[in-house]
Amino acid sequence: MSTAPRPERVAHARVRDVTLPRRLGTLALVTVDNGLDHSKPTTLGPAGVAELTEALQTLQGRVRRGELAAVAVTGKPWVFAAGADLTQVTAVRTREQALALGRNGHAAYELLHSMGVPTFAFVNGVALGGGLELALSCAYRTVSADVRALGLPETGLGLVPGWGGAYLMPRLVGIERALEVVLTRPAANKPYGAAEAARIGLVDVVLDAADFLEQSVRWAADVLDGTVRVERRPLDDEGTWTRAVARAREVLDATVAGSRPAPYRALELLSAAREADRVAAFAAEDDALADLVMTDEMRASVYAFGLVSGAKHPQHAPDSALARPVTRVGVVGAGLMAAQIATLFARRLKVPVVMRDLDEERVAHGLAAVRSAVERMVGSGRLSADAGARVVGSVAGSTELSALAGCDLVIEAVTELLPVKQRVFAELEQVVGPDTVLATNTSALSVTAMASGLAHPERVVGLHFFNPVAAMPLVEVVRAQETDDAAVATGLDVVARLGKTAVPVLDRPGFVVNRLLVLLLGVVVGAIEDGTPVEVADHALDRLGLPMPPFELFDLVGPAVGLHVLTSLRADLGERFPRSPGLERLVAEGTVVVLPRPAPGLPRRVDPAIQAVFDAAREHPRRDTPLDGQGLLDAVLTALTVEVGHLLDEHVVPSADQVDLCMILGAGWPSHLGGLTPLLDRTGYSERVLGHRLLPPGTADVPQD
Amino acid sequence: MPTSPARTVRSVAFVDGVRTPFGRARPDGLYAGTRADDLAVRTVRELVRRHPQLPLDRIDDVAIAAATQSGDQGLTLGRTVSLLAGLPRTVPGFAVDRMCAGAMTAVTATASAIAVGAQDVALAGGVEHMGHHPMGSGAEPNPRFVVERLVDGEALSMGATAENLHDRFPALTRARADAYGVASQARYAAALAAGQIEPDLVPVAVYDPEHGWGLATADEPPRPGTTLEGVADLPTPFRPGGRVTAATSAPLTDGAASCLLVAEDVATELGLPVRMRMVGFGYAGVDPEVMGLGPVPATERALQRAGLTIGDIGLFELNEAFAVQVLSFLDAFGIADDDPRVNPYGGAIAVGHPLASSGVRLMIQLARQFAERPDVRYGLTAMCVGLGQGGAVIWENPSYTGSAR
Repeated sequence: MSTAPRPERVAHARVRDVTLPRRLGTLALVTVDNGLDHSKPTTLGPAGVAELTEALQTLQGRVRRGELAAVAVTGKPWVFAAGADLTQVTAVRTREQALALGRNGHAAYELLHSMGVPTFAFVNGVALGGGLELALSCAYRTVSADVRALGLPETGLGLVPGWGGAYLMPRLVGIERALEVVLTRPAANKPYGAAEAARIGLVDVVLDAADFLEQSVRWAADVLDGTVRVERRPLDDEGTWTRAVARAREVLDATVAGSRPAPYRALELLSAAREADRVAAFAAEDDALADLVMTDEMRASVYAFGLVSGAKHPQHAPDSALARPVTRVGVVGAGLMAAQIATLFARRLKVPVVMRDLDEERVAHGLAAVRSAVERMVGSGRLSADAGARVVGSVAGSTELSALAGCDLVIEAVTELLPVKQRVFAELEQVVGPDTVLATNTSALSVTAMASGLAHPERVVGLHFFNPVAAMPLVEVVRAQETDDAAVATGLDVVARLGKTAVPVLDRPGFVVNRLLVLLLGVVVGAIEDGTPVEVADHALDRLGLPMPPFELFDLVGPAVGLHVLTSLRADLGERFPRSPGLERLVAEGTVVVLPRPAPGLPRRVDPAIQAVFDAAREHPRRDTPLDGQGLLDAVLTALTVEVGHLLDEHVVPSADQVDLCMILGAGWPSHLGGLTPLLDRTGYSERVLGHRLLPPGTADVPQD
Repeated sequence: MPTSPARTVRSVAFVDGVRTPFGRARPDGLYAGTRADDLAVRTVRELVRRHPQLPLDRIDDVAIAAATQSGDQGLTLGRTVSLLAGLPRTVPGFAVDRMCAGAMTAVTATASAIAVGAQDVALAGGVEHMGHHPMGSGAEPNPRFVVERLVDGEALSMGATAENLHDRFPALTRARADAYGVASQARYAAALAAGQIEPDLVPVAVYDPEHGWGLATADEPPRPGTTLEGVADLPTPFRPGGRVTAATSAPLTDGAASCLLVAEDVATELGLPVRMRMVGFGYAGVDPEVMGLGPVPATERALQRAGLTIGDIGLFELNEAFAVQVLSFLDAFGIADDDPRVNPYGGAIAVGHPLASSGVRLMIQLARQFAERPDVRYGLTAMCVGLGQGGAVIWENPSYTGSAR
């Protein structure tokens, strides 16, 4: 992969004079525009900031000469500004450069604050990070009703809103809302829409998209001549401020748990924003930004961001022209997973889908599951009633194998037993055409073994979806020994049309995500078998900032499934995947392993009561010195490093970044870890365990030179 | 036996009209980077914004005209403009073409529907982006026109038909045309200075990547300060040694105009203003080679049907496709070249002529003059149409206070 940053797509600052109505004078309208179409949003790099500074300085001169009544900033069609140019940020090599980045942005935006005439942001499109801060630096903001992405995602990228956002936001919308904007929403990856932004006071007025700019100018005129008065909320009192910050800190400690610095630095800035003056607050933003830009967590976040955005075009994939058209899909099985898959195919591919199971009752159950899933989507407004009716209408059920005859793609989602799946494929081959792609949703069985014995094993491919199918963005597309390029290309094409990200993998047990996740769980329960208390084990990985603690993960995948995969991987890959009599007992008894969630957003912790189950089921004596939390963390990271080494040696994926892509999209592993391998590199595990780094220096960390 | 429903003709009110500022149809013109349908959308949005008492679902039809119905003027403008303007989806729409009289025809067609009681409220207008759609572009005239001598080849060039008018009426000299063109510029400039133009304009945001966003708030075509001396030596592009020049022709223009027509009783019910009342209209055909004469028989027809004479008309809004063509109308009705009743705000020679939108521009200006002139009872909007047609609409001034006539 290339580490050279692409050249800056310079955001130009175009200025045109607009004649205001009612003889109110001239408004200078600044358009921030990188000159490319809206699929390449305008971002602000050093050259762009310099151009904006120059344009605003010129305007300030004109204001002093009395030529202007107002200044407004807007963006090219459908884009206001999408924030700082991250590729330029990661090109920074020294703290001095990082400091300049913050200071230059502040200096440019302060020209708006000190313009001397009222300033307006006409937010005509996406306004994120530095883009939204540009709008915050203006006195007033209009927003187009169609804008769906307003927000300050910086803390999710290892940064703070450092071009004024941390100081201005709580003063504009109040501390509680500001904490939501700066911390909660980025963590949930959920920006604001126009109406919502107006409700919280982030923008002053929502105007229809059809003539947004014209009406924004008119609204500006209304403000200038006093027809419209914009009320600003008073600063929150100290008690409100302190309490809100304290609450936010508790949530951070429970969720982020010190795994990365950015949210804490942001919280400090917000906490101080009530008392600090503008100059001091902006200097503190500069410092925080400079510190964070020089952290590996920030670099890993940008790496992860780039990885995910670039994943639309899978690497090392066969020619997409080989993909076969898929106009009818069969699903074997009508269970929970099968119904989810059928719903997804019907909704996204918009083709007829047939679910086949052994008896009428199961088929009816599967169809009911499709209907209720669609009803939920229609109820929440994610799907129109007509589109929902189309999905329900395009999924049929049958007990006859022959119903799958005309399908171009048949995916099986039956019980995870190799002989069952082999029989399904053998039967299918009797009814489908020779070109029909046969896919399996197995999570741990050998696709190669499943295809063996078929007349056309080359058409068998794995499509490994994650649960819940509708929400999880990853599909591992598995190439078995005999799979041909056309089958893989068809799988990749279908996954892309399903709106998911495909990662091509080779047919090795557990592929990537399950192999690593189940290994992690195995090492954790292995330690418990050796005497580590369950609560110590449950907290041992907190410092990584994973999406959930190990027992909550167990609960989510279902302890029975987890145990099944663990057992199956041990059979295939060996004792690296430990056996746990305690876990077997828990599964056998159907015990719930976690406590209820204490509050929304907080993790579910292990139920201490299961300690007794482990103790009772233990088959070998505790070790004299069982692993403590630190020791278990070390054991987990060591095991993961070993396993990544195996994954690459076995060519399951061709490069370490594909492991990261899988862990980010399939397991939700956080971007500050860069998925996984940046963490293993920066903590020295890869060099210690494997003797070499997994990614070139500077790819996902601060280059050392 | 069921009784037949009562058939009455209802009075049709011109409630309001707006237009975009007009731009020069050139690669560097005001709207070079702006879509035609977006221009029409702006006028529709402004009309409904100016009359919030009109429930949008009461709009029964949207008729939008364009002389070229393709590209950004394609796909049934009335419907697409309605959707783009955010009108309720229950509001239908259609596209209209009668070349230059497109918007006028949109008005008379929807007014007819209102008059017979089929509809209550209609939006009617037109748009022409002559920069994107040069006149006749994409059209394939039937070879029979020329081979069978149905129409002289020159009839397809509007400038040539204007020269033909000079030929037919030797009294229509270049000097008279030049004087008329200069006066049109002067009258427009005076109206602009008097604030008689701006109130009917809806600003349009314009964008191109080289300059960013701007706002069109004023007409681009007018050439204030035009003098007789300045135009005396202009070339005659349509014929060597001809008489028609750039100063006596409407410039190629981009722009849109729309108006709100409502049954008068419904306007009263909804509290909408009545700025003009439709009296009647007429269309007529003439030889395509002298298409500029069209308004004469059209006006005669409209007057006759309305039971009026030319003497009843107190204000004239005549589209100035060419000075000679207006002068031929004035001569036909015995009106002086500089009669103050004719185009008091200047005309298309100054402001421009975005073909299918101009009919409504005439009405917008007449409506404003009606408000200024309670002594005038009737006004006329009229225009010529390529391939030999004319259209005329007679309006009554609701502000008329004079003795009944």
